[in-house]
Amino acid sequence: MQNPIITGTQVAYYIVCQRKLWLFSKNISMEHTSELVEIGKLIHENSYQRKRKEINLEGIKIDLLEAKRGLIHEVKKSKSLEESHLWQIKYYIYYFKNIGIQIEGIIDYPKLRKRERVSLSLEDTCFIEKTLMDIDRIIRKPEAPTIINKPYCKKCSYYEFCYC
Amino acid sequence: MKDYYIFKSGRISRKDNSIVMETEDTKIPIPVNDIDNLYLFGEIDLNTRVINFFAKNGILVHFFNYYGWWTGSFYPRENLVSGEIIVRQVEHYLDIKKRLEIAKEFVYSAIDGFIKNIKKYPNIDDSNIATMNNFSALALEQDTIASLMGIEGNARELYYALFPQIIKQEIEFTKRVKHPPDNMLNAIISFVNSLIYTAVIKEIYRTQLNPTISYLHEPSYRRFSLALDVAEIFKPIYGDRLIFDLLNNRELTDKHFDKELNYCYLKENGRKIVVKSFDEKMNNTIMHKKLKRKVSYSRIIRLELYKIIKHLLKEEPYRAFKIWW
Repeated sequence: MQNPIITGTQVAYYIVCQRKLWLFSKNISMEHTSELVEIGKLIHENSYQRKRKEINLEGIKIDLLEAKRGLIHEVKKSKSLEESHLWQIKYYIYYFKNIGIQIEGIIDYPKLRKRERVSLSLEDTCFIEKTLMDIDRIIRKPEAPTIINKPYCKKCSYYEFCYC
Repeated sequence: MKDYYIFKSGRISRKDNSIVMETEDTKIPIPVNDIDNLYLFGEIDLNTRVINFFAKNGILVHFFNYYGWWTGSFYPRENLVSGEIIVRQVEHYLDIKKRLEIAKEFVYSAIDGFIKNIKKYPNIDDSNIATMNNFSALALEQDTIASLMGIEGNARELYYALFPQIIKQEIEFTKRVKHPPDNMLNAIISFVNSLIYTAVIKEIYRTQLNPTISYLHEPSYRRFSLALDVAEIFKPIYGDRLIFDLLNNRELTDKHFDKELNYCYLKENGRKIVVKSFDEKMNNTIMHKKLKRKVSYSRIIRLELYKIIKHLLKEEPYRAFKIWW
């Protein structure tokens, strides 16, 4: 595994936007400017307070671990960018598998009152391995990847930075 | 979130998870989440507890003395630090070609502001605009910072010389005098410029840019020399226009000033008028062509900093702000 470790956020950003991944990895963060990020943080802090067991291994930040049932939870605000949530949690499952722990994942959408079960297939493992190599390659580049011009750019905390 | 300007004297302290301002007769709670910047004009007692609390909440505090002159700002420990950005800021400073490229944009944009302001007053002779255009062209040709500064100085001198033709009140203004200002107009220019300077400091704090590494001004000149650089851009459009309006609408007259033997300053009632219109102006919004959304005047300063970051990252050559409305 690479050093320093690739975080779940980086995996999610890789799926959403490689430019965001690059900027974020250079510590050029914009999250503090966004109201949406602020809302996400509040949901995160206020959901599952009873069961809260956040664990933080360097870069791998699990919102909630149900050790007995072998489940990790990831709390999200909405289903937009669902694909990235999926891969973030799959990456966590992959990470644990590599250190010899078999688990499965659940994505919680407390606001939608929904949850989704996630497991890791052999194909997924291949994709994650390719992704990790790709992330490493992208963040080593001297220049940021170009703007992607997607409809969801408008909601991104980097929108003003990218398009001004 | 907004800026709070405090003219009263008293004590500001932390009360649980919020802020209270106590004066002789009242206690005013201020929700901490609502404070963006705090401007202290009165005589205020603060303790470390509240200062630590400000730092935790990313609140900048600007201090002004009895005469309304900016004495300093509390700039909390940086929470947005990017080694990558600092390295690139330094790279663009050390390489004189790269440094000039950015510095020239600041000067060019400042002169553009002078020209746009002069053009609003048809009584001013066109030959002045031609001379100004000449200065902008010359600015782009300079190959040292000192000579670029010289051109900027010349342009500014001509610009200030036209002020008596812009301002309808009877003012005794021949040239710009600072430290301390010697007459009404110099007093108000100094005061407004300090408001712009602090507005830029605040926006720099919200980015990864390091405020000490600058291009037009020497980095050693002041603690926040990058703010001085960027303030040049906004002084004519944000500051001078405000000054012209306040004086020409007679919202500010000589009764708002105190004139001593060799200096002049804005009295509290005058400061309040300026601060109020300045704050309104900064919250004004305007349609941004590229973003296709409304942005406030203060947000435009932030966008300017983003453009500088993108230049440093070699994404897009920096083109400084030119008023488009």
